[in-house]
Amino acid sequence: MKELKIQPIKNGSVIDHIPPGKALKVLRILSLPKKDTTSIISAVMNVPSETVGKKDIVKIEDKELDPDESDKVALIAPHATVNIIRDYEVIEKHALSIPNELVNIVKCPNPSCISNSNEPISPRFKVISKRPPIKLRCYYCEREPADIEAQII
Amino acid sequence: MLKDFNKECPTVNDIASKKGPVDQWQIAAFARRRPRVQIPTGPHLFCIVFPREGKRKDINTLFAFRNSMNLINKDVVSIKDFSNKEIGHVLNVAEKMIPVAQGAKKSEMLKGKLLANLFFEPSTRTRLSFETAMKRLGGKVIGFDSSKGTSIEKGENIADTVRVVSGYSDLIVIRHPYEGSARLAAEFSKVPIINAGDGAGRHPTQCLLDLFTIRKEKGAIENQHVGLLGDLKYGRTTHSLASVLARMGAKLTCIAPQELQLPKEIIEECQERGTEPKLMNRLEDEIKNLDVLYVTRIQKERFPDPAEYKRIMSYYRIDKEVLGRGKKDLIVMHPLPRITEIASEVDSLPQAVYFKQAFNGVPVRMALLALILGGIK
Repeated sequence: MKELKIQPIKNGSVIDHIPPGKALKVLRILSLPKKDTTSIISAVMNVPSETVGKKDIVKIEDKELDPDESDKVALIAPHATVNIIRDYEVIEKHALSIPNELVNIVKCPNPSCISNSNEPISPRFKVISKRPPIKLRCYYCEREPADIEAQII
Repeated sequence: MLKDFNKECPTVNDIASKKGPVDQWQIAAFARRRPRVQIPTGPHLFCIVFPREGKRKDINTLFAFRNSMNLINKDVVSIKDFSNKEIGHVLNVAEKMIPVAQGAKKSEMLKGKLLANLFFEPSTRTRLSFETAMKRLGGKVIGFDSSKGTSIEKGENIADTVRVVSGYSDLIVIRHPYEGSARLAAEFSKVPIINAGDGAGRHPTQCLLDLFTIRKEKGAIENQHVGLLGDLKYGRTTHSLASVLARMGAKLTCIAPQELQLPKEIIEECQERGTEPKLMNRLEDEIKNLDVLYVTRIQKERFPDPAEYKRIMSYYRIDKEVLGRGKKDLIVMHPLPRITEIASEVDSLPQAVYFKQAFNGVPVRMALLALILGGIK
């Protein structure tokens, strides 16, 4: 029987050190795969890790994550790292960091917030605490969403 | 030196055409509609860009600007946008405005200025006191007090309404049922915005007049023991008041039924600001220690069982007997309208300051208008 294994990728991005069980959520946040996505995406879950015990890994072939996309991932996996691979070599490796302000990444759960109306604005949040538990405050109504993951656009 | 500095400073046109030494913050300042100040961290000289007029100022003017606490063109969206020093300054100016507010002294300070009252929701005290404040200072008022008959009914959004009205007036006062609507208005307006209540959200001018009343009646805010009583969970104006009282050094006791007690995040906010609010269920246990009793309405609709509502209300009704147990110089405040939470027999007692409090809305709003429109520095 042919052995199926996660192979190193030639070009693309590897998101490492995702908390165990959250790999699929990371993909959902990145809206991957899209209808027109041609890249091969692999998600490995519950991988033993020397440093953190267990972790998930996501590999996206032929796609280099830009910082905006990385920011989104930081909301659910603040300790994850993104490796950019070109020709099997890691050409860039960076830890994710949450910016001070999030625009168009999380929507406000408050139905009475002006950002949920027909006004020409994008949902905007100030990051109050970058350390877990992450705290965000809506720029408009100043409410703090309790479940951030559920509000990611 | 100053001449050279001005010569090297990029003009608005330079920024627009990306010529000259343009820093990121200058572009940010240019992108805004009103003059803003950003203080760079480095030791280099810098200028303030006034996008509309294309003027610029040197560093000395900036520090003069900061020290005089110039509130010209400031948006008043949330009380959090004000430092303690700025609040103190507004209250000092409000004190001087009292004779004008009473009609004992005439003022033409804001002659030629036009205020637009955009009230998408009904209001009595707030709208009338803004109108009174503007007219007492010689200014004029335009506006509406419900969205009926306006283009809002045709589906126009707030952003467009504000953009249009900011071309007609010098300052906009807005009340809208959506939370955060005033912040949005400030983004789209060319003139300053004052929030007159955004849904269940913020109501900064109410907060300022509450602070003014405490300071006027008790001489100071610091070290006053303030009891907040009633619905402390849903009333977000009480949240802002609790938070600002905490940062101004007042002691806080929150008296409410358990299901209507101050939310955890507001308690944490008070703790961060150095005040540990005491949480109580019954007023009688604490009234003897209070300097200020701030009463809010407990809404019937919060209780599915009318009998439970009646029972709870009986604990929180303020009458002569309850006040007899408090300090002689205790003051009772209420944002009004009150329904049954304060008995009418209390009105004639020296402790009752809620009608004075409602009047204080006028000098406080006069102070804000004068400071924002440049009638007073």
